[in-house]
Amino acid sequence: MAEALARKGLDLKHQPGFHAIAVICLLLLYAPILVLAVLSFNSGDDLVHFSGLSTQWYGKALANEGFHAAATNTLIISVTSMILSTAVATAAALGTTRTRAWRGQGAAFMVINLPLMVPEIITAVATLSFFSLLASLANINFGIGNLILAHTVFCIPFAYMPIRARLEDMDVTLENAAADLYATPWRAFRRVTLPLLMPGITAGAALAFIVSFDDFTITQLVAGPGQTTLPLFIWSQIRRPITPELNAMCSILLGISILFVLASYLIARKRA
Amino acid sequence: MPDALAAANVLDRQITRRSRLLTLPALLVIGVFGVLPLLIIVVYSFLAPAPYGGVEWHFSTEAYVSFLFQEDIFDGTLSFVPDFLLIYLRSLIYAVVTTIVCLFLGFPTAYFMATRPPRQRGFWVLLITIPFWSNLLIRTLAIMMIIRDQGILNGIMIDLGLIKQPVVMLYTDGAIVLGLLYSYLPFMVLPLYSSLEKLDFRLVEAGFDLYATRWQVLRRIIIPLAKPGIIAGSLLVFIPALGAYVAPLILGGGRHLMIGELIAQQFGTSRNWPLGAAQAIILMAGVMVALFFYVRNTGGKVQHG
Amino acid sequence: MMDQPVAVQRAVRRARLRVPLPAEFDNLADPKPANALEIRNVEKIFGAGEHAFRALSGVSLQIRPNEFFTLLGPSGCGKTTLLRLIAGFEYPTAGQILLQGEDIAAQPPFRRPVNTVFQNYALFPHMTVAGNIAFGLEMLGKPKDEVAATVTAMLKLVRMEELKDRKTSQISGGQQQRVALARALAPHPKILLLDEPLSALDLKLRKDMQIELKRLQHETGITFIFVTHDQEEALTMSDRIAVMSRGQVLQVGGPQDIYDRPANRFVANFIGETNFLEGNLTQREGEQARIVLPSGASLIASIPAAFASSGKVSIVVRPEQARLVAGAEPGALAGTIENIVYFGTDTHVHLKLDDGPPFIVRQQNRREVGAVPSIGARAGVIVPDGLAQVLGD
Repeated sequence: MAEALARKGLDLKHQPGFHAIAVICLLLLYAPILVLAVLSFNSGDDLVHFSGLSTQWYGKALANEGFHAAATNTLIISVTSMILSTAVATAAALGTTRTRAWRGQGAAFMVINLPLMVPEIITAVATLSFFSLLASLANINFGIGNLILAHTVFCIPFAYMPIRARLEDMDVTLENAAADLYATPWRAFRRVTLPLLMPGITAGAALAFIVSFDDFTITQLVAGPGQTTLPLFIWSQIRRPITPELNAMCSILLGISILFVLASYLIARKRA
Repeated sequence: MPDALAAANVLDRQITRRSRLLTLPALLVIGVFGVLPLLIIVVYSFLAPAPYGGVEWHFSTEAYVSFLFQEDIFDGTLSFVPDFLLIYLRSLIYAVVTTIVCLFLGFPTAYFMATRPPRQRGFWVLLITIPFWSNLLIRTLAIMMIIRDQGILNGIMIDLGLIKQPVVMLYTDGAIVLGLLYSYLPFMVLPLYSSLEKLDFRLVEAGFDLYATRWQVLRRIIIPLAKPGIIAGSLLVFIPALGAYVAPLILGGGRHLMIGELIAQQFGTSRNWPLGAAQAIILMAGVMVALFFYVRNTGGKVQHG
Repeated sequence: MMDQPVAVQRAVRRARLRVPLPAEFDNLADPKPANALEIRNVEKIFGAGEHAFRALSGVSLQIRPNEFFTLLGPSGCGKTTLLRLIAGFEYPTAGQILLQGEDIAAQPPFRRPVNTVFQNYALFPHMTVAGNIAFGLEMLGKPKDEVAATVTAMLKLVRMEELKDRKTSQISGGQQQRVALARALAPHPKILLLDEPLSALDLKLRKDMQIELKRLQHETGITFIFVTHDQEEALTMSDRIAVMSRGQVLQVGGPQDIYDRPANRFVANFIGETNFLEGNLTQREGEQARIVLPSGASLIASIPAAFASSGKVSIVVRPEQARLVAGAEPGALAGTIENIVYFGTDTHVHLKLDDGPPFIVRQQNRREVGAVPSIGARAGVIVPDGLAQVLGD
């Protein structure tokens, strides 16, 4: 008994069964998307039996007019929301972190994080009501701008978090050193703070993009005609008989999300 | 010398003013396009519905009343109608079940991840993070495509001769809960992992040193110490699950309505915006109760994975 | 919160937009003032009301040009606060800070021709060694070729030429320190502030850097203000030292002054090892006085001319100023040896004098054949005339 323990070492951290559960969990998390992805390469049009490898469905998906239109819309909305929310979040992070405390700072922090607290469906109907009221009362309709504004709102906290985290990790004496070396506050910001903040801003922007890109609930309720985004388009395709073309489209979207996550992760790793 | 002190005071106020100015855009955007809409639906919940959607601007508590009661069109008496309440109850049960199962699956997973050697941990975190940020709609669709009657699970079972007819899995309670589980499991694992990673394992050693078994160490040392993570994770699962829209929409087939779909219906086909608003407010109240317990238990900020 | 006159607000705002050249300070009316830096009656209070903390009170100092001046004191004494006030990261609650006659107390740091070497170096991690050194010059708007030439000169000065293109995160602690020095010296400031720059280095490196710093100060001719809590460091490097405690300056003087003639008990205790004796002042003649100790023995001590009182006084005797003798010799203080501590270069003999107080005698180990004192033996201590010092407090 003692020899066995000596050989293996008493692993204090080991809890029986946890390893198995963890692996099962991860398998379960990935299985459905892997199945989805694999079937998108099916050369037959059956979604159960795999006949062979083919990229025909990707060709069909990429040629799909509706897919194109949706992709264009999504790009416009998500890129704009990403830019707006990241800019606003950067300013907010600079104003609420590492600075002399001001009255109302706590409340400001709560407001910035508000979109994370409210269930999406509530935000969706609230936004819908807001814009319809705006249209009926003052005849104001920003068109696709409505969606952009709605997306920007919930993207802000996602961009804010990594920027704030990065700012808190930064050494305060660096800005002192810059001032000591004749840099005015603006120049110190541009030459020292901003370059060092960039990884955080990039990570925040990536998150903001993904969150806007993937949104379904809010977009579905707020979007007007001609404002179909990729998730909405995919939703509309479910009514029809499902072919692997749908799988291909889904896989493309998944691929983009994963790409952004990996990029975000690698950027964070590079700075550590 | 008043000069230097004066300079210090002016500098202080300049810094404070600049901080406020910097935060202002974010507050404006979220205030106008986030908070204001919420106030609008509070107002809407006290208005009367317009015939083709939208509202009519006169005060009415009809929405809240019709949440529980229905007026008999002939003699105006109110009778208790439990339909909406049942939907809320069903959502509550789904959310609770989901949270508990997520906890039982997520805790071992997070624990396992936190006890890997430090170099490996980043890899495991990345593995969990990818589903976390993937499109919820697509993930739920993936489940739908697997469990539906013509889906791959049934297909394989029929091929293997285990069953003759497809097992109905889609559009059942189980399907919805499975969907919710699948959607929100990463939301449980990440905060738990965050909490467990900070665990001082010397405390575990101390427990073993004092004759505790693995189970006792788990129950009386590890779990209590991971409480902040457990609470944060549970909240991050419970709240979205309660108001879930995508999972019941795709996996429920309109048969087991949850609150999310119910609200969406009022703004869609049912054209009763005030009722939808009232239902949303009631959901929001439930969320705030859950949040209140959270704040009381941790006394402060929200933790994110 | 006081409401500032608009003029002050505007002046501060304007000041923050302009960056001065240290050369501005060269064109003053008095181009060769007596003091490089004068600190007049400076007070610094943090917080307010009950939580107010008085970090500095009534501090006045005059620092001469081309001087290696050290602020010495235990942690919490206010030396770092004073340094930050000179650099501009804090503003004094009262008092003036005069740089070559001009009060800079209200100026922000980027308007002062004063540069700092920070305790944690604060090198910009996203710039190379050369980039760091060039930073101050770039901020001052110097032309590119001048910047390049100065950077090269600085690299040569601190002997870091080969590493000029390395990222600062990839060099060792000692190298980072030299880059921090070069960066602060490159704009040729009027004053260089060093905030415990050697505290993170190991002993050998620290000794080497002490010599380096002295050399740099001589070569550049810039006034160095050095902050440390290590009294040995202060003694070896400084032209003059200001000993601080609890927000006040206790004594200013050259290393020898401070060591031989400590002004008060704190300074005597803080610098080097000391023996304290109490006695009665019986005779006085100019700078010397006869002190009678309780045991009856007496010795001649030096006394500051300004010393007014008489009667009970305290005197200090440095361990190396006393001499150990074998038994009872006339004029010696008698006592018993309690402990002998060997230090390699010398030996400390701890005695307990007959009338109570402990006494340490330091002897150099000369490896002569002779009596080696043993613990428990009786011995005597001789303090030659004038070597004892009467304390001012």
